[in-house]
Formats: sequence, structure tokens, C-alpha cells
Amino acid sequence: MLILILRRIGNMLLIMLAVSLVLFLLLEINGDAVAAKVLGAFSTDEQRRLWLAANGYDDPLYTRYFRWLSGFLTGNLGESITFQAPVAEVLWPRLQNTIVLGALTMAVVIPLSLTLGVIAGMRESSVTDRVISIGSVLTTSVPEFATAVFLSAIFVFLLGWLPGTSAMINGFDPVQLILPVAVLVIYDFGYVTRMTRASMAEVMTTNYIRTAILKGLPFRRVITRHALRNALIAPFTVIMLQINWLLSGVIVVEFFFGYKGFGSLLLEASLNQDIFVIEACTMIAVFVAVTTQTLADIGYGFLNPRIRFQ
Amino acid sequence: MAEPLLDIKNLCIAYDTRAGDVPAVIDFNLTLAAGETVGLVGESGCGKTTVAMAVMRYLGRNGRVTAGSIRFQGRDLLAASEADLRRLRGSAISMVYQEPMAALNPSMRIGEQLAEVPMFHEGATHSEALDRARSMLADVHLPDPGRVIQAYPHQLSGGQQQRIVIAMALLSNPQLLLLDEPTTALDVTVEAGIVDLIGEIGRKYGTGMLYISHNLGLIRETCERVCVMYSGRAVEVAPIHELFDAPRHPYTRGLFDCIPLPTTDRFSRPLRPIEGQLPLPQERPEGCAFAPRCSHAQAGQCDRPDLAMEPAGHDHTVRCARWREVGEALQEDIAVADATVTGPSVLKVENLRKHYVITETPLMVRGGEVRTVKANEGLNFEAFEGETVAIVGESGCGKSTFARVLTGLEQATEGTIEFHGDEIGDTPVHERPPEQVRDLQMVFQNPFDTLNPSQSVGSQISRVIRKFGKEKDRGRVRERMLEMLDLVQLPRAFASRLPRQLSGGQKQRVAIARAFAGDPSTVVADEPVSALDVSVAAAITRLLLDIQKRNRTTLLFISHDLSLVRYLADRVIVMYLGQIMEQGTVEQVFNPPYHPYTEALLSAVPVADTKIHKRRILLDGAPPSPLDAPTGCPFASRCPHKVGLVCETTQPPRRDVGGHSIACHISLDDLRDAEPVFSELAVAAE
Repeated sequence: MLILILRRIGNMLLIMLAVSLVLFLLLEINGDAVAAKVLGAFSTDEQRRLWLAANGYDDPLYTRYFRWLSGFLTGNLGESITFQAPVAEVLWPRLQNTIVLGALTMAVVIPLSLTLGVIAGMRESSVTDRVISIGSVLTTSVPEFATAVFLSAIFVFLLGWLPGTSAMINGFDPVQLILPVAVLVIYDFGYVTRMTRASMAEVMTTNYIRTAILKGLPFRRVITRHALRNALIAPFTVIMLQINWLLSGVIVVEFFFGYKGFGSLLLEASLNQDIFVIEACTMIAVFVAVTTQTLADIGYGFLNPRIRFQ
Repeated sequence: MAEPLLDIKNLCIAYDTRAGDVPAVIDFNLTLAAGETVGLVGESGCGKTTVAMAVMRYLGRNGRVTAGSIRFQGRDLLAASEADLRRLRGSAISMVYQEPMAALNPSMRIGEQLAEVPMFHEGATHSEALDRARSMLADVHLPDPGRVIQAYPHQLSGGQQQRIVIAMALLSNPQLLLLDEPTTALDVTVEAGIVDLIGEIGRKYGTGMLYISHNLGLIRETCERVCVMYSGRAVEVAPIHELFDAPRHPYTRGLFDCIPLPTTDRFSRPLRPIEGQLPLPQERPEGCAFAPRCSHAQAGQCDRPDLAMEPAGHDHTVRCARWREVGEALQEDIAVADATVTGPSVLKVENLRKHYVITETPLMVRGGEVRTVKANEGLNFEAFEGETVAIVGESGCGKSTFARVLTGLEQATEGTIEFHGDEIGDTPVHERPPEQVRDLQMVFQNPFDTLNPSQSVGSQISRVIRKFGKEKDRGRVRERMLEMLDLVQLPRAFASRLPRQLSGGQKQRVAIARAFAGDPSTVVADEPVSALDVSVAAAITRLLLDIQKRNRTTLLFISHDLSLVRYLADRVIVMYLGQIMEQGTVEQVFNPPYHPYTEALLSAVPVADTKIHKRRILLDGAPPSPLDAPTGCPFASRCPHKVGLVCETTQPPRRDVGGHSIACHISLDDLRDAEPVFSELAVAAE
């Protein structure tokens, strides 16, 4: 198991390195383009040349790559053009905000959809199953921007219970988080529920569940001891993928509610061609993707003894 | 008479399907006394598992009992509440399943799964329950129970898993044990061990058992009475000797005529397949369901709807309108096969080795441990034109690996395979010239997976004909394709059918047609009938032999079924752990001198003939892993005749006499002293 974990982490570092190389080649190989983005469209050739020389763009490619890479590793991510501040200073608070939003969403989605999925899959094609299945398909098919508009219309304009923006101008206010979290939960829980239901329903038809029932065990015991653990293997992977999705999937929601998070930062950076912010955001997105997959692999090993003891 | 343990009366079970109610079991009666073992025999789809599941009251969502009663110790099981059922299941009545791997929870330790039984039925504490589990594991002869308790199912072999399932069933000391094909997926020697264990349970605990099997040989070795089922109905019930010595129902006789015995071959007792096939449940004919396949059927008698079980002897009942007339009248004799005339050498294997190298590199760093799996180790043999050479051995002995090397799916590590004088051991199949590929074809074990599901039968056969340049012209290709269908005795209309519209036996016929379409000189058949029902298997076996005789094909027949091998092979090669232990003609291999492994294999074969006495030799343990193959004789670790240290350290010498070769440290003279495994019972003056 230890070897598996070390191997996975090694893999993860390799992938990160490969992605960084691709990213560097895509965005940095043409120094003129970088200079044009940093200095603006109206800069002269002379200005750009001076900027390139001053920032070391005349050095050989590999020197530039290693300098760029070590900049990343030491947290020196360059200067943001739009914010006129170091990228790191802009990025961290935004990232923290999104982590709060994502963590709250997951804290609701995981228990909710696992419970619903298990209840639905436990007795396939029962009334409960039908209701849960149809409900989760409905909520998943409505896109976030529609839910956001809909929920705002009810809770902000009609009832006036909740604030319509989540900009947190006067410091952190949990009430402002309710609507964005609700929108994300409504969109996401259906998918995880359906995956859990499918996995549970499949486990319920296996021979070992038959063995457990014909052993004379109470139904509750059959579910909790025999079915659950095997049924949770597939949803576990799905949940890990959801974390990855949340990071970029929040763009619409953050923008809609004016929440100062990672998604809205990415949007602003892209619109303004803020190249160093884009680079930093990409690396973070890749890091999250690779990390969640590594965690998924390792967790999978814990859930499934067939992998743990090869 | 005391109350029977289990009393099933007029039981009818139906499944709800989209096509309406389909009756799966009709008017089924069976009684089982305490401590008695009754067999339930029949081919797949006859309803035998459904009966067992009904006793457990576990028919799934769409199954339901429509009439009749099931009484257990006088209690009506059909009226039992969920709570009552829970108390009975796994306690008074328990079950052993067909596939032990699937029946055990993959993510729970064995100990936990076993401990649940005493915990829930007797309120034992966890540690008491584990102690009980440990002693029960010792009772089912599992070595090292302490380790097994800690293991997960996938860490154990199939035979060990089945012993655990049996232990689980026995933990609550049940009065009734239902065994549903408990040895079907297991190797013969492992099967023999499980059968022995089942017999021991009956004697030791006095458990009543219902033993479901399609294998009459196993039934004979385990049961006291038998019930033969056909298409949802019981057709004959009799004590074991009655049924085996004087079967009354034509279907029962048909079953016996379909199974090869390890004591007879195709000359002395040709197989008689049952014509036609099992009717679909919704297309059952009125009256006797077997009538359309029965050569004695007569209109007006056999299509009476009220056909009942009639007494046909002491404790013997049969559901046949004409069992009296059918009496001794046998079916017309079937053509006896000609003796094989062999031609020139076709295939010569010399010193063939196939090793798989497994490199274990933690952290992707070089210099990890390198281990070798010796799948084939020094194979030597020759095959001649028109001859059937059988390769037998248990799973993992390397027989399929050899087929893969021969057909070019993998390459030999060392040694040569000469095929019509060309060396092919090193050439992958896509580099072989088309004639060579055409000349060496294969029939696979599982007909369900080997046909392309989206192409019609005709186009799959035509493709082979075109591809190997047998014919080019469209019309001629089609003509030959239809001839191939004739050859395998399928209607020509099947050309446009898709594989999913065919039964298992029909699929295997198509697979055979496809293999023979290019007129190959050699066909490798890897367990071609082991996935089929007995009556279908008999037909396919005959077909394969007929085509082979006609085309003078060399047939390499890979099998674990020694009765079948005895039936159809000219020469036999016995493999163990990648090595040839013995080879020779069928006569030589099936009679002393035996290699000790061959002797044990033969002794493990279940024999469906009460006149044959079998000497029992039980092997301990499992074959060693080919990963750390022993340096001496591979069989040394399990050999009942082991001479001494020399067996473990030195490769045994090959002892050859007249084409018969045995690799053993014991001298041929001493081996010759072995008693034959099978002997005819002297008909005692009764």
C-alpha cells in the first residue's frame, strides 16, 4: 500500500511537470506576444524590446523555463496587469473564498446524495426509488444560471429573505453564501445521487448479497455491512471528480452573485488577457485535478481490498 | 412413517415477464427424510435451481409460487413471515452456491462473514463467533484457519472458497442443506475433495441434503435418491441404483447415453445425443414436454394433458405414458466410429518453453526483482494427420498457454514448433503466411463470446472463406458457406441470423463451421463443450469427430474432462504445472502403469455407472504456484507415492516404452503394479 501511494504521488509530480512544460511552451515561447499583453496594444516595438531584454526573454529557452518554473515553486508568480499587484497577493484570497464555497457545497452534496442514492438503489424500482431518480434527473438538467435566476427571484425579490449579491463588502457574511451554495448543490447532487443509486442497485443484485440475505441476516445488517462498502466505491471516484469540477464550475455562480472567488478571477483574467494570472490559475486547476485523482486512486485502494492486497 | 424433513407438494412457480406469466416449475413433488441426500438432475433451464430458491423463499421480485405447498418439518414455509424466514435461513436451512467467488463478499474478511452466522442466530459474542468459525474451518479441512479468517475472498483459491461457503452453511448446524451445483466451476481433483467433504457432512451431522447438479456422475457419488427434471417437471424419481440400473423415462436414458464414461470409448459405446432442443417455457407442448424429442412418442398417448407420475417400481415413479412399452426397446444402433488411420507427421513440438517474466519495480526504479512464470516447460510431442491428440490437466497447467503459442497469439521463449515442416513457434499470427493461418484454426471454449454479436452467421463464415482465398466469386463463397452450415447440421436459413438468436450449442456449431471453413489441416479445440449442457455437448462432440474423420483433420483437443478424452482421443498428453507428466495412447494412459498424477486425476472423475468400482485417491493441497515452480518433480508436493527427497530436488527421468512416456522417479515396473483405478464390480450372486 505504501508503495502504491508513493508511486501515485510520483506519477502526480510527473504529470504536473509535463503540464507546466506544455503551458510554458504555449504561452511563453513567443516573447513578443507576452510583451504585447503586458505593455498593451499601443506600446511601440522599442518599448517591447526593452521590456523583453529587462525581463530576461533573450536568454535561451531552457534557462527561461527553469527560471519560470522556480518562480512558480517559490511563489513568485509575476505581476498582475489588471490588479497592478503580485499575482500571489491577488490569487490567495480568491482561492480561499472558493475553497469555502466548494467545501460548503460538498459538505451538503456528499451526505445528501449518498443517502438518497443508497435509499433509491436499495429497493430498485420502488416508489421511493422512482421519486428520487426523477427528482435527481430534473435538478441536474436545469443549468446553474437558470437555478440562480429562479432562486433569486423567489428568495431575493419575492420574499426578500436573502441578499442578492455575495460580494462580502462588509466582511465575511455567511448569509450571503446560502444562495450560491444552494445553486451548486441543486445542480450537483442529482448526478452523484444517480451514480450512487446505480452502484447500489448493482450491488443489490450480486450473489454475495443473496448469500447475506439467505444467511438470515436482518435487512439493515445486509445493507450496512455487506452492500454499503461495495456500493460506495464508484461514487467515491465521482465525488473526487466533482471537486475538480467545482473549481472551474463555480465561474457562473460566482459571477452571478458577484462572489470574489477563483472562478470570477479566472474570468476577469481571461477577459483582460492577464497572462501571469492565467498561468497561475491554470497550474492551480491542474494541481487540484491531479491531486483529487491521486486521492481517488489511494482511497479506492482502501475501499477495495482486491487492490490493496494484490 | 415419521414426518419428512422437507415435503414439497404440487409446487408451481411462475415468473412474471413482459410476455405474461411463464411457468418455471409445474406440479413438482418431492420429499426428503431427515439425514437423506436427494439429487436433483437436469439440464440448464429445467427449473432445478428455482425449486431450491423456492425452499429458501427467495424467488426474486418477479418469481412467485402459484400453487402447492412447501413444508419444512411440518411447517408451511409459504406462510412463514419475513421474521420467521430470517430465523430459518442460514440456521435450520442453509445453502451452498454455484460460484463461491461471487457468493462471498469481496470487501469483508472471511472471519467476519462466518462470524455473522452464530452472532445473529445464536446471539454469540464476536469473539465466540470467531472461535466457532475457526473450528468449523478446521472441520471442512482448510489448512491454517487462523490465516484464512484474516483473508479476503480473492486471496483464496476456488476450492478454498467453496469450503468456506460450506463452512458458513454448516455453522448453525442446519437440518437441511441445499447445494446448487457446488463443484461446477472447480477442477476435478478439487471437486473430488469437496464431494468427499459433502459425504462426510452427511455422515457426521446427519444433515438432510438436496444436491442439485447436471452431472449424473456426481449425483451417483453423493445421493441416495434422485429426481430427474425436464422443462419444469419432475419426470422420474427413484433410488440411485434403480435409476442408474433401470432408468424408465426416455429422457433419463437419453441423459445416460449422452455422457462419456472414463471406462469406455467411441468404439465400445458411441454417444447418442438427444435430438432437438429444450422447448422454451412459453412454448411447452401439451402433455409430455419431452415428446417432440422422444423417439417413442406417440400421438394420442404422449400429448394427454393429465400425464401424472406413475409408480414404476419400489419407491420409483415416472411421468411417461409409455414407460411399460418403452421397456427394454433400445434406440436403433448408431454408427460406430472407424479406427483412426494416421498419416504423416503434421506437428512436431520440441523442447518448447514459454516463460513470462514479471518484473517487480517499486517506484518505477530499475533493479526490481525479476520472477519467471514457467507456463510451459520443455514440451515434446508429435501429432499426425487424422489423429486426435488430447491435452489434459487442471486449470493453470499451461494447456491454454500452449494453444496460444501454437496459434501464434504468443511466441515461444525457447524450442521449436514444426508445422508441416515450417518453424512457427517464433512467428506471431499476423506474420504467418495466410495458408499457414488457414491450416491451423481454433475452436474456443465459450461460444457466447467468440462470435461477433453484430454480424450474421453467414457473413462470419463467408468472411473466413474469402479471407483464406478458398473461393473468390460471390456466388461460390455463398454456396460454400451454405455447405458449411449443412456440415454442422444447422438449417441454411440460419445464415441470416445474428448470434444472439442462437442457443449455446448452435453458436458452437457456427464456431466449428467457421474454424473448418478454410479447410484447415489442424484444429485446436480448447474445451469446446465444457460450457454446454450434456445433451448438447454429446451432439457437438459427435459432430466434431465426424468432420474430423471426413477431412482427415489433426485435432488437438484441450480438456479437463477425462471421460471425454477417453471417448474421443487417440493419444493423450497429461500436463501438470507446465510440464508433460505422461503421454501415450489412450489405452496406455488410462491403464497401469500410471503416472501418480494421472492416477489421481482418473480417480477424481465422477462415474455415472453403478457397475464400475473406483479406487479413491485424494490429493492434498493445491498445485504450487508456477511463479516459484519446484526444482524437482512439479507434482512432488502433492504426490501420494513420493519416494523421498529426490522427488523434490531432481527432475524425474522420462521413462519410455513403446511410445508411452512417464516422467517419474518410480520405475515403470513398480508403477505397473498399481491396481487399475476403475474396475468392473463383480456381479455378486444375490
